[in-house]
Amino acid sequence: MFLISCPFCGPREESEFSYGHEGHIARPADPDSLSDAEWADYLFMRKNPKGWHYERWNHARGCRRWFNVARHTVTHEIRAVYKMGDPPPAIEP
Amino acid sequence: MTMIDFSLRRSPLAHRGLIARAASDAAAREAGVTLGEQPHRCQINLRGDAGDSGFLAAVEDVTGLRLPVEPNTVATVEDLSALWLGPDEWLIVGPGGREGDLTGGLRGALEGRHFAVTDVSEARTVIAISGPHARDLLAKGTSLDLHPRVFGPGRCAQSGIAKATMILHQLDANGDGADGAGADEQPTFEIYIANSFADYLWTWLERAAAEYRVAVTAG
Ligand SMILES: [Zn+2]
Repeated sequence: MFLISCPFCGPREESEFSYGHEGHIARPADPDSLSDAEWADYLFMRKNPKGWHYERWNHARGCRRWFNVARHTVTHEIRAVYKMGDPPPAIEP
Repeated sequence: MTMIDFSLRRSPLAHRGLIARAASDAAAREAGVTLGEQPHRCQINLRGDAGDSGFLAAVEDVTGLRLPVEPNTVATVEDLSALWLGPDEWLIVGPGGREGDLTGGLRGALEGRHFAVTDVSEARTVIAISGPHARDLLAKGTSLDLHPRVFGPGRCAQSGIAKATMILHQLDANGDGADGAGADEQPTFEIYIANSFADYLWTWLERAAAEYRVAVTAG
């Protein structure tokens, strides 16, 4: 268990949130022009780093809003919480 | 618009006969925790742009409420309150029977703006929890930080209790002590709980409160 600071509600326990996987994946502007391999890459291929990960969370039991988190996948340290649409902050390793 | 037929409303805790079980005032004063149901509260979900001063003014015209924009806070004027649910979402609550005039009034005043007004009164009932151990009881079932410096009178939160989803509201102190000083020793909380979870949560609350001496109140 760890605390996540919802950008709207403040710090709440992890159990109030649902995980939304890797963030910052842009939907292709022109899907018809993609090959099957490119479309599959967009749909299915995700990073699985041992370290810092930019990911989406939803405050499912609170305000139900989506936001971004920069989390270390080994230590669970959260270095940044930021709103949807904001660029990913640089993280020193 | 479908109107509520009030004669057919039945609280999800009606079968428990809580009013017949209500303790005397003296027994309630001795109890560490009192529990009571306040069924059939008017609950209107309101969505709109908190940055639009015209939206805020129109809501104030209809309800008298200045919608709270600070997270997890409640605005109360007479018998109506607005609970902050999100950056563009509130729950307006008041006595049962206000559903029609509030939804109609809000929709009329907000016409032409980007908004949603939804009567959700039938979704949840309200359980009131009071007494010197009310905070201890809640702390057994929720991960919210309930310390008075974080969660005091006029605050609300959407969270979980005993694995059920709830909205929690600590009422303003009602003259218990100067400057609301009594609110920490005798806080009163209200839990908005989905009808389908109400019987389960009542059972949980009554059992979890047993060690503090619990009394049932009529409301
Ligand atoms: Zn939130």
